[in-house]
Amino acid sequence: MEHPELKQALGRLLGPEGPEIGCDECFEDLDRYVELELAGRNAEAQLPGFKAHLYGCPACREDYESLKAFVGEKQAL
Amino acid sequence: MSVASFAAPVELHAALDDESRAWLADLRSRGAAHDDAVGRLHELLLRAARFEVARRRPTLPHLRGNELDDIALEAADDALMSVLARLDDFRGLSRFTTWVYKFGLYEAAAKLRRRAWQGREIPLEPESWGVFETASRGPHEKLEQSELLEAVKDGIETALTPHQREVLVALAVNGVPIDVLAERLETTRGALYKTLHDARRKLREELGPRLEVID
Repeated sequence: MEHPELKQALGRLLGPEGPEIGCDECFEDLDRYVELELAGRNAEAQLPGFKAHLYGCPACREDYESLKAFVGEKQAL
Repeated sequence: MSVASFAAPVELHAALDDESRAWLADLRSRGAAHDDAVGRLHELLLRAARFEVARRRPTLPHLRGNELDDIALEAADDALMSVLARLDDFRGLSRFTTWVYKFGLYEAAAKLRRRAWQGREIPLEPESWGVFETASRGPHEKLEQSELLEAVKDGIETALTPHQREVLVALAVNGVPIDVLAERLETTRGALYKTLHDARRKLREELGPRLEVID
């Protein structure tokens, strides 16, 4: 069935397929993950399960996007 | 609380950069140096909180400028308390300022999400199946889609506990922010996500091969 919107909706409902960390671990390592990404390093290799959690948790994803944008802006100055 | 455990290569108490070391020394000192560092820390947190407020401003048209300023200040105040209380948790795996910023951004985001839901009832039953019911291309697809939707509804109804059902429907169907639901149910974001994770796993198992039709 070719239906990207349905696939996206099911993704929101069912979350990531693989193993993931929880919200507490996500907050704990968020600063490290963002700095690794901004340095162009493989953050997921250092912190496995982090990316899957960002896919499954909209609030943590928002926190990640904000920190990355804010720190990225500071580094660009 | 872990949803999954990983043997991550964590390097505890990594070598601190000079700026981070200076921050920690000043914040752990006494007298004028300490007070000055706390003042500078609050400025950093306020900058982060204002950044978050500005990012979300378009989604909060009912809030006036002074209300948003108050929220940013309140977020910076709360974040300052959190940072000072958790100073020993800083492991030096990022710059101290990056570690600090996440507290300011987090407090502001959580306050704004709660503000957006203030006075609103939390929907614990599906409000709409939205895209699950959008038009399909042909009769065969339409049938597959409708069978999948029925299987999803049935799985939610029969495979989950009442608490898992409420949490999954509120968060993943109705889009209630997790910290808003955590506050209403008097629990934590971490505990709620564990429930969501377990509910998703059970539903995925229940749907089994039916999910292959969308792969």
